[in-house]
This record gives sequence, C-alpha cells and structure tokens, in this order.
Amino acid sequence: MHRFANPTRFLRLANALLPWLAAAAVLLLGSGLWLGLLRSPADYQQGETVRIMYVHVPAAWMAMAGYTTLALSSLAFLVWKHPLADLAARAASPIGASFTAIALVTGALWGQPMWGTWWVWDARLTSVLVLLFLYLGHMALTNAFDDPERGGRAGAVLALVGVVNLPIIKFSVDWWNTLHQPASVLRLGGSTIDPAMMKPLFLMAGGYLAVFGVALILRIRALYAERRLRQLRLSLTDA
Amino acid sequence: MNGFLALIGRDLRLARRQGADVAMTLAFFVVVVALFPLGLGPTPALLARIAGGVLWVTALLAAMLSFDRLFQQDADDGGLDLLALSGLPLVLVALAKAVAHWLTTGLPTVLLAPLLALTLDLPAAAYPALVIGLLLGTPTVSLLGTVGAALVVGARRAGVLVALIVLPLTIPVLIFGVAAVEAGGAGLPIQPHLTLLAALLAAAIPLAPLAAGAALRQAVE
Repeated sequence: MHRFANPTRFLRLANALLPWLAAAAVLLLGSGLWLGLLRSPADYQQGETVRIMYVHVPAAWMAMAGYTTLALSSLAFLVWKHPLADLAARAASPIGASFTAIALVTGALWGQPMWGTWWVWDARLTSVLVLLFLYLGHMALTNAFDDPERGGRAGAVLALVGVVNLPIIKFSVDWWNTLHQPASVLRLGGSTIDPAMMKPLFLMAGGYLAVFGVALILRIRALYAERRLRQLRLSLTDA
Repeated sequence: MNGFLALIGRDLRLARRQGADVAMTLAFFVVVVALFPLGLGPTPALLARIAGGVLWVTALLAAMLSFDRLFQQDADDGGLDLLALSGLPLVLVALAKAVAHWLTTGLPTVLLAPLLALTLDLPAAAYPALVIGLLLGTPTVSLLGTVGAALVVGARRAGVLVALIVLPLTIPVLIFGVAAVEAGGAGLPIQPHLTLLAALLAAAIPLAPLAAGAALRQAVE
C-alpha cells in the first residue's frame, strides 16, 4: 500500500486502470439492465416492481462500500499521514452519499406500490438515513477549515466515529422486526434468491462497483490537481 | 486525577461566574417547549401524547447550543495548548469537559424537564421514565457532543456544524428515551428501554473521550 502513497505512481496506475474500469462499467451495467429489466422473470408476488431491486440493492451495497472506503482511507491518513489517503477520503464521501441517496429514492419508489407508503421510520431506513447524514457531515466538516490539512484530519476522525453505524445498518433487519425485508443474498444457510434474479443482480452490483471506481479515480485526480494548483499559487505569492 | 478534577472545577467555576450561559440554555429549553402548545393548539390529549418527544428533542437542541464554545474559547486564548502540555492525557481532558458540560447544561435540563412536563399534561405514570431516561441519556449526549466540539475547533460556522455532526449520532438515545416515556405512560415496563440507554452510556463513557481526545490532538498539532 505504501508503494502507492506516492501520487505520481498512484496516478500512473489509476490512469492505466481507468479505461478498463469504464469499459467494465458500461458492459456490466448494460448487460445487467438488459437482463434485469427485460430478460428476467417478474416476481410471483411483486410483479414487475421487483425490477427496482436491480437498481436499489446494489446502490445500498455501494453506500456501505463507499463508507468502508472512506473509513479505511481515513484510518490510513491518521496512521501514516499519507496525503493521498486524505484525497481518497474526500473523493469517496460525495460518491458514497450519492449511492446512499439513490438507494433511499429507489427504495421509496419501490415502497410506495409495495408497502403503500413512500417512507416508514423502520430501523433499516432510519439507519441508512443516518448514513446519509454522516456523509453530509463529513463533507461539511472537511471543507469547514481554511487549512485543508486540518479539515482532512477532523473529517478522518469523524469518519471513524461513524463506523458504528455500519453494523447497525447490516443487522438492523435482524435486531428489529421491521418492515424492511431481512437479508436474502448474503446470509447464513445460503442465498434464498432465485438464480434468474441473482445473475442480473450481481451484474448490476459489478457495474456499480466499476462506476464507483471510475468516479473515485476521477475525483482523486481532480482533487490532486486542485491541491497542486493551490501549492503553486501559494509558492507564487511567497516569492 | 488531580488535574482531571481541577479541570472540572475550573469549568464549573467559569460557568458559575458567567451564569448567563447556563441560564440562556435553560431559557432556550423553556421557550422552545412553550412553542409547541402554541403551535399545535392547547388540546391536553394531544400535548400529553407528544410531551415525551417534545421534551427529549428540545433537550437535545438545548445541549447543542453550548458545544461550539466547549473547546473554542480554550483554543482562542491558548488554554487548549496548555492543557495539551499539562501532562493530563487529552482523553481525560475530553472526559472532564464532558462531565463539566453535563453538570452545567445536562443536569439543569433534567431537573427542569418534570416542571415543563407538567405544563404539557404528561401522564403521571410517565414521570419516572422521563427523569431516569434523561438522567441516563443526557450524559451520553454530552459525551457525543464533546467529540463534535473537539472536531470543529477552528472551523467556520462551528455552531451549526457541530449540531449537524452530533445530532445524527444522538438518534439512538432519542429513540430509546422517548420509547421509555411512551412505555411509562402506557403502563408498560420501562426497564428494557432504560437498560438500553444505560448500555449506550456505558459504551460512550470510554469510546467518546477516546475519539474526542484524538480529535483534540489533531486540533492542537
């Protein structure tokens, strides 16, 4: 990992990876959407509405994966003080917030016909909403300081404090008997989802992951350029 | 340990000599609670139904008012650097600050809440749940707020920012606190909710000062 703390080396690798990730995103999302929306069976209870799942569930996974990325980058920044880890954390939180928002909105769109309501205050929905607030708080905090270094460090501590919410989200459907259905893909005793639905779901999940990677690389690159520009400006005013 | 107690004593002395700060927090608490009967109409049945939630939410908001000053004053006059050099671990500095914050804002809120509950027609059976719940919940809020306060030292618009960061983290306290009041009012056992509040406090006492101490270290570096 320390090898890639060097921005030049990291950017060389990231730039090489970018077109492949972008191609993977297009292919996976394309085939996932085609299979999911057109070539998979409708659910025996939910009918066609089940297709919202192919957009909703991977977004919720990426919301969690985004926070995990944010927390790991923050930890690396606090422990080893790699500036690149700070950039990765800053880059990850708006992306994670976007996936969280997608999960909440698609969940509401699915909940309206299925549960008869856009929103309920059950444990899973509330804890995901808190996740969105944590992302927004992190974004606000990192940008609240004149010294970006100080903002990065404060944000990193906050990101690590917010990790307590991740197990709450994952196990909320088991701990509280609420409206949101319990886990069906990653569970003890094997998955309960039909293979015909599993395939498009996993294609979409892979596509979301690739989109996350592309967005992350693009944002880290932009933030790095911004940081360099700032340093150049500062050195010019010093001279 | 001496330094720890001395820091709590110093903050309490400061609060006593600038009594207006504590009074303002309590006045805010009273004024906001008084807004609800005016805004929702004074139907006793409705007020009795929402009293627990109103008191808890308002207590949370009142606690948020003072967090932005918790470390900022010390950071401005250099006191925070002296505390960092004093040999007292920053974790204990944070814990002492949380204790002082609770004694100056949390405890008065708890004492005032039953009086305000009276004006909201809270059922008599719900009073023990309200008071014990607030006694167990407000220290957790003070501890979480100390983390937020340490994070926003030197930030722009720190007062809003600290509320934005801390309020989502206090949601579990609010949920179990209000659930205890509801259970008390309905004649159901309140002990499960109070036990969960106590568990949150037991987790926050060691963990929150740890995070706040780490945040303070970043602030004074």
